[in-house]
Amino acid sequence: MSWITEYVRPKIRGLLRRDVPDNLWTNCESCGQMILTKELRRAMNVCPHCGHHMKALVPDRLAWTFDNGECTRIELPPAPVDPLGFRDQKKYTDRLKDARAKSHLDESLIVAHGTIGGYPAVVGVMAIEFMTGTMGAAFGERFVAAARLAVLQKSPLVVFTASGGARMQEGVISLMQMPRTTIGVQMLKEAGLPYIVVLTNPTTGGVTASFAMLGDVQIAEPNALIGFAGPRVIEDTVREKLPEGFQRSEYLLDHGMLDMVVDRKNMRETLARVIGLLMRAPAKPEGEKATQSVAESGAAQTSPAA
Amino acid sequence: MRQFLDFEKPVAELENKIDELRQMTDPDGVNIAEETARLSEKAEKHLRAIYAKLTPWQKVQVARHAQRPHAQDYINALLTEFTPLAGDRLYADDKAIVGGIGRFDGQPVVVIGTERGSDLETRLSHNFGMARPEGYRKAQRLMKLAGRFNLPILTFIDTAGAWPGIDAEQRGQAEAIARSIEVCLEAPVPLIATVIGEGGSGGAVALGAGDRVMMLEHAIYSVISPEACASILWRDPKQASTAAETLRLTAQDLSRLGLIDRIIPEPVGGAQRDPQAALASVHDALAEELKALLPLAPARLKELRREKFLAMGRENLS
Ligand SMILES: [Zn+2]
Repeated sequence: MSWITEYVRPKIRGLLRRDVPDNLWTNCESCGQMILTKELRRAMNVCPHCGHHMKALVPDRLAWTFDNGECTRIELPPAPVDPLGFRDQKKYTDRLKDARAKSHLDESLIVAHGTIGGYPAVVGVMAIEFMTGTMGAAFGERFVAAARLAVLQKSPLVVFTASGGARMQEGVISLMQMPRTTIGVQMLKEAGLPYIVVLTNPTTGGVTASFAMLGDVQIAEPNALIGFAGPRVIEDTVREKLPEGFQRSEYLLDHGMLDMVVDRKNMRETLARVIGLLMRAPAKPEGEKATQSVAESGAAQTSPAA
Repeated sequence: MRQFLDFEKPVAELENKIDELRQMTDPDGVNIAEETARLSEKAEKHLRAIYAKLTPWQKVQVARHAQRPHAQDYINALLTEFTPLAGDRLYADDKAIVGGIGRFDGQPVVVIGTERGSDLETRLSHNFGMARPEGYRKAQRLMKLAGRFNLPILTFIDTAGAWPGIDAEQRGQAEAIARSIEVCLEAPVPLIATVIGEGGSGGAVALGAGDRVMMLEHAIYSVISPEACASILWRDPKQASTAAETLRLTAQDLSRLGLIDRIIPEPVGGAQRDPQAALASVHDALAEELKALLPLAPARLKELRREKFLAMGRENLS
């Protein structure tokens, strides 16, 4: 297929490890307790005291999701060259440069493939640290490429979402990524392949109102903010105090918008089990990882912080 | 009473003069008629000049003008045997989205539109055209019905956006919009979307993923309202006019960017000044596009629709 040669240049990056953090201690942003940074990293950035799920950077997310933390990242086209010539207090092109320098990423969606519980899978991870995970044309292109790769490999697509919504600096082009990514989802659907969404904190706007709500299975991390309109916009509109827990994962689960809320430590096992079942893969023999996990994390688990 | 926008002031003054003259009972009637004609011509010239080079921010105001024809006006004027259909079969009937079946030039069609209402009472009952999840789910139901009975779908978009309320979030606003986009893209029948006033963000795309997306000459389509964009990026809502320019939200800009398929001309002074002319203009554009789409087989329609959206933004990639 031409898109492979045109857009996708596979490149093995091997293990994705971040530098050792400078601070010995980290304060939990939820309960305020001090945690040894090393211990926090071991706990996948989840507070051992209150279960608060802190931000996950893209390399960590990939490492936690794939078997042995191993995956192949797909190199994809960079962000567009500012189609609107957008400039507010800062030029869009400068914002992109800054975002690249700060995040060490080239866009707000990173795509990789590997195995999860032994099952081949394509995974897209959104980067909240890249222009608040906003969706523009390059994002849409990557999403569609990820869907095509999954179809080509006959494997499921798993997408971890985290986004402030559409990228204003691309105007209606960014809005048109809503239908564009939806077409990606349809490609999987037509190929009979599972499309699994994992919503993480925060997921709002045009991202929620398109591919992020169209999963065959909808999973969320505990206490993630998930919604169409942001809480402040809603407060300004209805001039009411928002209910406790409003637009959080558990609230969405209660209102029928999610299948389950899953702790980060159980995510890989849950994904593996769901993929195995939907792909009608033969059950793994007793004692193997994917089977064990059924007993371990049979039901949706919520964090004590929720 | 005609409502004038700020930048139409010179025209408003002239037209007031004309009205005054007309009410005069001067024995020298001939002169009054002459003067009225002279002033009318002057007013028309002014209007033409103003509307020939509206700024994006002025277009925002024109697009939101209360006296422009709304979705229900288009439905009433362009369809015969219009039969409204209601409800999402799940929760409620959202009057922010109106729709039903009827005939367009004799051809049975499904029609769906966001309706703002035209006076205080109807604006409240239609929630100012800002739909809740049940509205989008009603739209999905109608689009699926269109598919089953092989009826083309015409949508009329005029909304500030989806309703940002607690109730809407509770019932899955995001999912409702996402699913509507999906249903648009899956429709096995022609889908023509027309932005008649304001195309506000995701709430507009939900009815806008069609084979043809048309915009009235002075309509706008935007990822965010210029006011909200100004508050976020400039930290100053007074910069809305700058934001309007920067966002490229006019029909002319969007056509240049290849994001819409057709611009429908409006009468001089905008659709609000001569609704009949605007309705006729939209009719002609719809008739032409429908004629081109009707012969296409369902699979071909879907394929072309998909290719159109997949291409959006691609050519700008470095
Ligand atoms: Zn804590």
